[in-house]
Amino acid sequence: MSADIKITVVDREGVPHELIAPTDMNMNLMEVCKSYELPVKGTCGGMAMCASCHCYIESAHELNAPSDDEEDMLDQAFFVEDNSRLGCQIFMKPEYEGLMVRLAEESE
Amino acid sequence: MIETDLLIIGAGPTGLFTVFEAGLLKMKCHLIDSLPQPGGQLTEIYPKKPIYDIPGYPVVMAGELVDNLMEQIKPFNPGFTLGESALTIEETDDHCFIVTTDKGTQHKAPSVAIAGGLGVFTPRKPPIEGLTEYEEKGVDYIVRDPEKYRGKRVVISGGGDSALDWTVFLADVASEVSLVHRRTSFRGHLDTVDKVHELAQNGKVKLITNAEVVDVHGQSELDRVTIKIKGAEDLSMECEHWLPLFGLTPTLGPIGDWGLEIEKNAIVVDNATDYRTNREGIYAIGDVNTYPGKLKLILCGFHEATIMVQSAFKRAFPDKKLSFKYTTVMGGVGSLE
Repeated sequence: MSADIKITVVDREGVPHELIAPTDMNMNLMEVCKSYELPVKGTCGGMAMCASCHCYIESAHELNAPSDDEEDMLDQAFFVEDNSRLGCQIFMKPEYEGLMVRLAEESE
Repeated sequence: MIETDLLIIGAGPTGLFTVFEAGLLKMKCHLIDSLPQPGGQLTEIYPKKPIYDIPGYPVVMAGELVDNLMEQIKPFNPGFTLGESALTIEETDDHCFIVTTDKGTQHKAPSVAIAGGLGVFTPRKPPIEGLTEYEEKGVDYIVRDPEKYRGKRVVISGGGDSALDWTVFLADVASEVSLVHRRTSFRGHLDTVDKVHELAQNGKVKLITNAEVVDVHGQSELDRVTIKIKGAEDLSMECEHWLPLFGLTPTLGPIGDWGLEIEKNAIVVDNATDYRTNREGIYAIGDVNTYPGKLKLILCGFHEATIMVQSAFKRAFPDKKLSFKYTTVMGGVGSLE
């Protein structure tokens, strides 16, 4: 049985990328994007401490709720919207098949 | 002037372990770090975080790893310049480098190893066009002297401890304090959050939530900001000061201007040889460098440091023969003889 899901990541130029993500490796969205060499820095290594993986959830999937740490970090980020999340806090699960996200603008 | 065999910029795990490997070759090291204590991000950001990928340690706390590294390099007696950032580098006629910090401390060495990790921690700046023109002219990212705001109208942005703490403090100092935050809830220390709400109820602080400052105005000095509020019209607010308090973010900093090849905020090195940069005698190791297949892991930084010091040795002692020593034979301290 395949444990992979298909997700779509729209880059900052508006180009959609279809990615295959394993759900049995505890991988997060930031790591999946990096493995496809999409322009996601992941500076802090996935600890919700830098917001370089800030993205918008564009599909109707019900995701795990953001932790206090993630909300804290989003408070310090820019271009934050209601559907803002940190990619490093979204762990790939079979229920996320068809997930669509858009990368947020980078800020220095 | 501090003189040493190998100057290391960055006292994180990679920089610290470099002292050990250089010490085995009888090289003296000196480290510079912008933070007031050694350990880099491990000590500053996540001392209590468990790390699972250090060979030989099923698990080790970040802070404990730093303590162990400090213990491991103690016999080699490295020098430290802490709380200062490396600012400029110049090459001397005798093929050495002089690195000067922001506080003017000078260091001289035949080789420089940049182990700067994520870089220097600097305030996160909101992406507003023309914002930099108002820096020191009404816009401050760090509160240095609260007296500056006495009797003035101050707008503070942010939802963390620093924004809340200064809102409470400046409520008694400034003539008017407004706190702008993107959500309705705050995540600071509970008693500070309560205090801010209390001040808001008493009219001492203006609380503007679901909002963000999106523009700054003024002839040469700041006199007004535009605040965007969700589901409402933009608010124009007169003020002498705006304090965007959005925490710190690491940037490469002054090292970015040292004539080194930079790619995506990292220093390009040759991983087939010795992690040399495009400037002879300057190396970059650990998270600060990049090359094909680069992985930002502590253990990779340790490896890079070990390879790099072999070349740094040849620059420090061109006439001496380099003989590689296994520590299993006599232990690291044997190198001190």
